[in-house]
Order: sequence, then structure tokens, then C-alpha cells
Amino acid sequence: MTYLADVAALTRKDLRVELRGRDTLPAMLLFVLATLVVFHFALPEGSGDTAAYGLLWVAIVFTALLGLARAWVPEQEHRVLDGLVLAPCDRSAIWLGKTLATLVFLLAAQAVALPVFVLFFEPLHAAALAGVVLADVGICAVGSLMAAMAAASRAREVLLPLLVLPLAIPLIVGGVGAAVSADAERFILFLLLYDAVFAVLSWASFEYVVTE
Amino acid sequence: MGLALVLALIVAPEDADQGISQRIFYIHVPIALTAYFCFGLGAVKALLLLWRGDERYDLESYVAIHQGTIFGALTLITGSIWARASWGVWWTWSSNQLVLFLVLFLFYCAYFMLRFSLEEGPRRARSSAVYALFGVALIPVSFLAIRLADDFIHPTVFTRDGPQMSATMFTTFLVAWAAVTLLAYVLYRVELAGKRLDADLRELREALQ
Amino acid sequence: MIRGRAVEKRYGRKRVLTGVDLAVPAGGFAVVTGPNGSGKTTLLRLLAGLAVPTRGDLVIGAERSRVGYLAHEPLVYRELSAAENLDLYGRLYRVRERRERVGMLLERFGLWDVRNERVSTYSRGMTQRLALCRTLLHDPELLVLDEPYSALDEDGAALVDRELDGLAGSRTFVVATHDPARLESLATQRVALA
Repeated sequence: MTYLADVAALTRKDLRVELRGRDTLPAMLLFVLATLVVFHFALPEGSGDTAAYGLLWVAIVFTALLGLARAWVPEQEHRVLDGLVLAPCDRSAIWLGKTLATLVFLLAAQAVALPVFVLFFEPLHAAALAGVVLADVGICAVGSLMAAMAAASRAREVLLPLLVLPLAIPLIVGGVGAAVSADAERFILFLLLYDAVFAVLSWASFEYVVTE
Repeated sequence: MGLALVLALIVAPEDADQGISQRIFYIHVPIALTAYFCFGLGAVKALLLLWRGDERYDLESYVAIHQGTIFGALTLITGSIWARASWGVWWTWSSNQLVLFLVLFLFYCAYFMLRFSLEEGPRRARSSAVYALFGVALIPVSFLAIRLADDFIHPTVFTRDGPQMSATMFTTFLVAWAAVTLLAYVLYRVELAGKRLDADLRELREALQ
Repeated sequence: MIRGRAVEKRYGRKRVLTGVDLAVPAGGFAVVTGPNGSGKTTLLRLLAGLAVPTRGDLVIGAERSRVGYLAHEPLVYRELSAAENLDLYGRLYRVRERRERVGMLLERFGLWDVRNERVSTYSRGMTQRLALCRTLLHDPELLVLDEPYSALDEDGAALVDRELDGLAGSRTFVVATHDPARLESLATQRVALA
């Protein structure tokens, strides 16, 4: 039970830091909205409805990347991550706390972006939304880990998208499929599979990424 | 081993009415299989690194993945040639294998970017190892994704008939596979030895300073 | 409490520590000296458990929850207040009677009045004092301190002196410092890194 208490304390901390600093969430929000507007101009006439869903997913992934790029920044100032690693709590709790916080930010940005998308482009039914949520989980889980790896490097801004995008491809397939396919259930199940596999993998390997 | 390779190329023409596309098959598929194997080996070494903590595995994992990426690139190239020979296009999205390799190729290229931007040491070794493990998890998941994507991305225009293999063809295939595997193994050992030598030399130089 | 033999730490090609032998009994006070770049910080990181030696044996008789590490950096969140930072660490370290202990430490280190201000508004001296609070929060058995006096004025330094005086003997200390004379009376052994 202390594990969950640790995670809760860490997630709360991240939310609080963001509330005070207010750099990440507004940026994500603005970015996703601006991207949607850009898409209106980028999509040629008569591209078909499905193209819009594809572009939605591009917007989501890049918005998530924006959030992930800033995910570990508070821990990098004053090398706070060392402080967390020193603590007797399970290191994977650090990952989980961060993932949950990033997920909250992403969902918050989408809570605004998705209605706007429906307004500008195409309607979103239940399966599509389920797809969005599941893919969010996947991308935050994997992204938090990759962001932690990239944080130690010289080229972290460039590196993070390179590490995340190949892993995000199955998520995009799942998400778009859930939105456009007649058999959306298959895609939802697939996203669940992805989340299960990669969340567990990320959870288990975080320890190794932050210790020497 | 080079002999075996040449043999494979010579035996192949013996099978009449096959054409270039068939011959490339003997090289393309073994190369693809070898790439998978190398990635798998890299992941195994990575797991050993994380589990046992012996830094020797880091270099072995790296070299395996390096080989895997080279063979992956070759897979894409030979696959492209095959596509050209069979259907007249240099690229097609309907070949699941090819698309899968493209995704994997991107993934493993990022592996090198990760490695080159981290300082040498235990952190780099561990991060690389974790990434290598993600790679093998990605292989089946990506494959599934691409299969599912067929649904709505591009209608299958080209049908790919799996070759029905006669006995000679099968033998040729096995020979080619063995040859490519041997090639990969030799390259792996050579590169590993070379890198180890480099490291030892550096250590020696430092110790003398 | 601590026993190290032929400890070596390398980061790839860089050999930061070589052939370090170390034995600190429980209750001992080891003072670590050496010029910049001699590996003092690395040694302390090894003792705190943040890294493992590349070669050699190192046995630390205290588990993570019983070790307090004061690093070069304060290891606190700039966006949070002192109280919030300590509350978080208190939870992670499962400190009993957390609120009372946090309050007591903040008061002892003269941070009570600014406890609800963000750390980003603090001076370096205040941040260092907060770092000391963080280190002592869970009442550790083993204290690994990397230059505890840095950034502190006379008052701050006096606070540190008082704390160390009070705890020396009942806790084990490993302290790296540029000013070993200050700890002369407390030191039971010296470790000099080349």
C-alpha cells in the first residue's frame, strides 16, 4: 500500500509543480489547437473524412511529445532525480507517478482539443474516444521512460521524438482504426495489448535507467 | 562461406522459369531472418547485462544490434529490388514484411542516436539494453499493427504468392540461409573482436599514462 | 558500517576512482579531502548508494532508508515551497510524525518564516539549509555530506557545526570538505584522495 501512497505523493507533486510553473499544459493546449487549424489549410479539398482522423492522431502524438519533453525538467534542475532515487521507495513508483501526471496533462489538453476537432472536422464516436484514451496511456507510459533516457543525453530535444515515434506507430494504427474502422473492437483490443505489454516493460525497466 | 553464397546463386538459376525475382528471394528472406535473429540476440545480451550486471554484454548487445540493423537495411534494399522485379515498383505498402522492417529500421537507427548522445558508462549500457528489449517487444506488436492497418490504409493491389517450393528450391533456400547466417556470424565476431581490441588498447594506453 | 576495498569507478574510459580502501566503523567520522577532480563527489555518491563501483568491494551497512546524502546540488524542487519539499521527502522516507518533524527542522534551520515560499525565491544559503533539512529529515544512521558548508554564511555554518556536534558519535559520518580544519575536533579518520 505504501507503493500506491508513494505514487500518489509523486503524482501530486508533478501536478503541483505544473500548476505553479504553468509552462507545459498551456503550451500543449495552444499547440494542439494551432495544429488543428493548420490542418484545415493543409488538407486539400475533398480529401475525405478519414484523412482528418489521421491528422488528428498526428496532432495528438506531437502534442504528447511536447508534454513529454518537459516531463523530467523539474527533476533535472538541482538534480532532484537523485533525491528521488535515493529514497527507499520503489524506483518504478517514480516512473508511475510521472506517467500518471503526464497522462493527466495530455487528457486535459485533449478535453479541449477533441471538441474543437469535432467542431472543425469530423464527429468522434465512443470507440474513437476509447482509442484516444488507450493510446494516451500507451504513449505516456513509453514516453516517460524514453524521456528519462533522453534526459541524460546531450541531444535530448532531438532524441526524444526519435525514440518515441517508432514506438508510437502501432498506437496511431490503433487509434485511427478505432475511429474509422467498422470493426473498431479489434483495434481497441490491440491498444489494450500494446498498453499491457509496454506499460509493464516500462514499469519494470525504469529502475535500470536511473541507477548506475 | 562465400562459396556457399555463390553456390546459392548458381543453384538458383538451375531452377528454370524462375526469373530474377525468385533468385532474390533466396537472399532476401534469409537476410530478413538473420536480421530478426540479430535483434533477438541483441535483446538477449541486453537482458543478460541488466540481470548479471557484467558490462561485457553491452558491447555484445551493441554489435548484435549493429549487425541486425545492417541486415535490416539490406532487407529493405533487397525487398525493394524484389518489388521492382515482381511488380515494377520500388516500394509498396502492401508488403507487410517490408513495412515492418521499415518501422524496425527507424527504431534501431534511433538506438544508435541514443548511444551516441550518451556518455560512455553504466548509464549508457543500461539505457541501450532497455531500448534493445523494447525493440523485440515492438516486433510482434508492430507486425500486428501493420496487419490491422491493412484494413484501412491501402487496399491490397498486389498479391504476393508465396513460392511453392520444390525440393531443389528448398535446398537452395536452406543453403542460402545457412550462408547468410554464417556471414552474419563472422561479421559479428569480427566486429566484436575489433571493438574489444579497441577498448583494450585504450585501457592500456591509459594505464601507461 | 562501511568497508571498501580496491574500489574503482569508471565512466567508460574515464577512471575517476582507483584503488580506494576505506573502513569506517559505526559512529565514526571520516573526513574526505582532496583537490577538485580527485573523485570526492564520486566516492560519496558510491557511499550514498547512487552508483555502484566498477571494480572492488564496497559494503555499506545501512539500507537506503537509513542513509542521508547531502549533495553538491540541493535536490529540491524549485517550484515547491520548503514545507512541500520536505513533506514529499517525508512521505517517501516514511517519516513518522512527519508534520511535526518537518516543522521542527524548518525552525531549527531558520526557515520557518519562509516555509511556504517557493524555493526559487530563496538565496543559495537558504537553499543549502533546506538541503540540510532534507538530509536530516528521516534521522539517518549514515550521513554522507558533500561540502556541507558551501554557500553558508557564518550563521548557517554555525548551525551546521551545532548539528554535527550533536550527532557525532551516535551516527556515522563521511564528510567531504575543502576546510578540514573546521572538523578537526570531530574527525576520527581522514581519507585523502589524490
